[in-house]
Amino acid sequence: MELLERFAAGDLEAFEALFRDHQKEVYFWIVRIVRDHGIAEDLTVETFWRIYKSSARFKPDGNFRAWSRRIATNAAFDHLRSGHLETELPEDLPSQEVSDSAVCRETRARIRDAFAQLPAKYRLVATLALIEEEPYNSIAEALGISVALVKIRVFRAVRMLRRKLSSLAPEVATK
Amino acid sequence: MNNEENADHLKALLKQAISPVKDAELHRDLWPQMLGKLDEQAVPVKHVPWLDWTLAAILSAVLFLFPGAIPVLLYQL
Repeated sequence: MELLERFAAGDLEAFEALFRDHQKEVYFWIVRIVRDHGIAEDLTVETFWRIYKSSARFKPDGNFRAWSRRIATNAAFDHLRSGHLETELPEDLPSQEVSDSAVCRETRARIRDAFAQLPAKYRLVATLALIEEEPYNSIAEALGISVALVKIRVFRAVRMLRRKLSSLAPEVATK
Repeated sequence: MNNEENADHLKALLKQAISPVKDAELHRDLWPQMLGKLDEQAVPVKHVPWLDWTLAAILSAVLFLFPGAIPVLLYQL
């Protein structure tokens, strides 16, 4: 019997094999959304818990990777919606170096604050589309929505962000 | 500056303020944590006692052999 068939039948060993194959990928997807190592680890486990609970609904001829990504996105979204704000990367997360001359520290803090105030569904899409530069179709698939809706959410997120920045510091939004 | 340029400018500012995550490796195996969660929130297995199966089999056999008993059974229910 194939691995996915055994998983769908509730086989724990098959689930373990899938967990080990996909945990890094699921973790990497989640950490890009929540931007915190520890929380991403917890949400990875939560994602696989949801996957395990729903194993009977999984069709063995389906795409496990896409399915797990969608569940991971939902878990990360639930976390963002619960009011936790982790838009600032911890020091130990590898990130691109940004020189202080490009945008001053204070301005960056204002932008982070404004971004953190976005509603969760816009923050999630904006994080993936604008910061992580994930293709729209990939975001749409992960969220289970159309590409057109992803574009609308990105557009609205940009508009909300601009308004928030205008109220915080007009020179940032219009610079 | 038009809307598209504004959006691009905002995107550039955003990327400078919140850097993309690159190569965030998972440094440990999460399977032990997963096993802990499975133990903690184990789904109770619905176990049907063998006696219930036997009674169900006998009842099915009786109803199959004596279909006239079906209305009596329904009346009793």
